[in-house]
Amino acid sequence: MASEYTTTEYIQHHLTNATMCNTDTGIAFNKACADAGFWAIHVDTMAWSIGLGVLFLYFFRRIAKKVTTGVPTKSQAFVELVVGFVNDNVVSTFHGRSALIAPLALTIFVWILLMNLMDLVPVDVLPTIAGWVGQYGFGMDPHDVYMKAVPTTDLNLTLALALGVFALIIFYSIKMKGVLGFAKELSFTPFNHWAFIPVNLILELVTLFARPLSLALRLFGNLYASELIFILIATIGLWQLPLHFMWAVFHILVLPLQAFIFMMLTIVYLSLASEDH
Amino acid sequence: MNMNSTLIGQLIAFAVFVWFCMKYVWPPLMAAIEERQKIIADGLAASERATKDLELAQAKATDQLKEAKAQAAEILDQAKKRANQLVDEETQRGHAEREKIIAQGYAEIEAERNRVKEDLRKQVAALAISGAEKILGREIDAQAQNDIVEKLVAEL
Repeated sequence: MASEYTTTEYIQHHLTNATMCNTDTGIAFNKACADAGFWAIHVDTMAWSIGLGVLFLYFFRRIAKKVTTGVPTKSQAFVELVVGFVNDNVVSTFHGRSALIAPLALTIFVWILLMNLMDLVPVDVLPTIAGWVGQYGFGMDPHDVYMKAVPTTDLNLTLALALGVFALIIFYSIKMKGVLGFAKELSFTPFNHWAFIPVNLILELVTLFARPLSLALRLFGNLYASELIFILIATIGLWQLPLHFMWAVFHILVLPLQAFIFMMLTIVYLSLASEDH
Repeated sequence: MNMNSTLIGQLIAFAVFVWFCMKYVWPPLMAAIEERQKIIADGLAASERATKDLELAQAKATDQLKEAKAQAAEILDQAKKRANQLVDEETQRGHAEREKIIAQGYAEIEAERNRVKEDLRKQVAALAISGAEKILGREIDAQAQNDIVEKLVAEL
């Protein structure tokens, strides 16, 4: 915890994204974007998430290019372990063939896991480095340089993932059942009688929209809370060290679990969407 | 919590990542894994086959060994029997030969004895006649007394 902050300022500083927007006077950052509304963009979320996604795809692609069916290298064995794990889950949950589901699940799992693991980087490291860069590189006040390094604590990102999955749910529902079949499923379940159509529609639409919402909020909520606790622990002085350690150890479980849950629910939702009742 | 166009940026990034993964990452990895699974399955099947072949070969070898042993025993048996038979035959032939030789000897002795007997008889007859001549002091008409002589000789 940097001493020149009050605790509230410190926490707020750590929970603010680096923002970029286009104003009348050109490209502006952070506080200048306060009323940019929807057309602002979180630079740190974008940079870290895309960076980690590219890292994941680069690593896997590098292995995939020189993949051998003989004795695998150690990194190939690792990649195959991950791929096999995801594939087993997809095969056991999603009945039917789809070239999309398994790679989708792999991307979601590894990407979210990598982004979640940013949570284990000590909370002050990246903001401090960013502050130095801002201060000495661009002559900014380090208090105005923001760096929220865990992309999954940004609701924009988790909601984007969930909306992507939601789009696929709609796509698969219509592809497998047709527009009419999909509408019929929404109207005639759970009560199979025409008089219940409005009730059914309300129930089913709530169910349908709850899915992406719960996906997005679960991941966001878990990661935001854990990041917040990390930041809170960082404010208590020397005793933060054992507490940090314990909280981090606990997150060795939580972080992969959240990535796994997001992946599993995606598979389940798509499986439900592509099955006829 | 401020929602903003990060959402759109992330949606695009997500779509691109999934597309890339689906196009360039998943298929080669999965193909390699499935190929290796096939190789391993083939290897396991081959080893199982080899084990079965080995068992079969061992069973066959055992059978052949047993058969060979049986044959050897049979041959040995036959040889013993043949040998016994030969010994028996030879013994019998030896016996027969001996009997024959003995019988021949007897016959020869008998013949010799008969011949000597005849000789003796003739000599005794001649002696008897000459004795009788001396006693009578005269010639005996051998012709006339022949039947008497004959009778004498037969009595000897």
